Amino acid sequence: MLVIVPAWNEETTLAAVVEETRRALLDAGVPADILVVDDGSDDATGAVAEASGAFVAHLAVNLGVGGAMRTGYRYARRQGYAATVQVDADGQHNPADIPALLSVLADGADIVIGARVAGDGAYLARGPRRWAMSMLSGTISRIAHTRLTDTTSGFKACGPRAIALFARSYPAEYLGDTVESLVVAARTHLVIREVGVVMRPRAGGQPSHGPARSAAFLGRAVLALGLALTRPRPELRGTFRQYEELDA
Amino acid sequence: MLLSQSGYPFALVVAALLLIALFWLLRTQRLREKYSVLWFAVIVGVVLLTFIPSITGWLTALAGVTTPINLVFILAFLVLLVVCIQLSIEISSLEESARTVAEEVALLRLELERRTGRPDQPDPPEE
Repeated sequence: MLVIVPAWNEETTLAAVVEETRRALLDAGVPADILVVDDGSDDATGAVAEASGAFVAHLAVNLGVGGAMRTGYRYARRQGYAATVQVDADGQHNPADIPALLSVLADGADIVIGARVAGDGAYLARGPRRWAMSMLSGTISRIAHTRLTDTTSGFKACGPRAIALFARSYPAEYLGDTVESLVVAARTHLVIREVGVVMRPRAGGQPSHGPARSAAFLGRAVLALGLALTRPRPELRGTFRQYEELDA
Repeated sequence: MLLSQSGYPFALVVAALLLIALFWLLRTQRLREKYSVLWFAVIVGVVLLTFIPSITGWLTALAGVTTPINLVFILAFLVLLVVCIQLSIEISSLEESARTVAEEVALLRLELERRTGRPDQPDPPEE
């Protein structure tokens, strides 16, 4: 199992996230490697990551979460990992939830989303942002034939078929790492499930909220979803042929 | 049509200068041949309109536009629009290539570090 941590200018929180993840997986008895993808950070993120003892892929330029994650999936595929979990470097995701995600994955899902639910440090969205999120969840639920409540969560576990797909085509567009990647997966008939997890407040950095930003989010979400739905279907056969070759 | 009494010599001079500039850019390899085609087409169009101005009148009747000069403006606008879109497409494809290359380089560096067993000295943060 490979934990992928995309990190862009997260020097303050990264070391703790890597350490906590390592300990949580050790406690749960899950053998895992941790790959930090340093997304062209301007600060000491790369050095912090090296010092943490995780594998580190240094992107020479900032590619955004999509580029960082595709790097992670490519690595996972080449090294033959059977599962990956994406954990954000800001400490929002509780690594203690990873075993829950993995157990649903083991039940036959290709992608398991850690969906933000009410609880301590609950994720509260209001106004346009909330409408956008429920619109996204509703639409993606329909095409994925399952009930999804939080499709903008970055906390995700992927099985071999999803890794093969994402190593090849992981969208770099806005919301591509969450919304569009799910649309691509659903249209490729991958099985998507979700598990409720409690999101913690960010250990550092500022959340991007505010009415204007929320409205912009709504507009861009509609655009991203519309584009994702009308794009040509990703090539099924090629992806899975490669995956079968990997198996052989 | 008396050339000296019109703006046509001016248009011809402009077309000639553009042509020279394009050739120079191509010769010094600052412009790839595939991007020059459209500009050559524009120059040919300008030269044609200069020598055979009646084309404009004919096209105007065909397009249902009243004033010939408006048609010329619309065509010029459309050409510029197409060029802009073409450049956007090229930029998008360049970004995708750069993204793929950056990802591969990062993975190669990781592979190298794992095999040699010593991490590179991370780059100092840029000022």
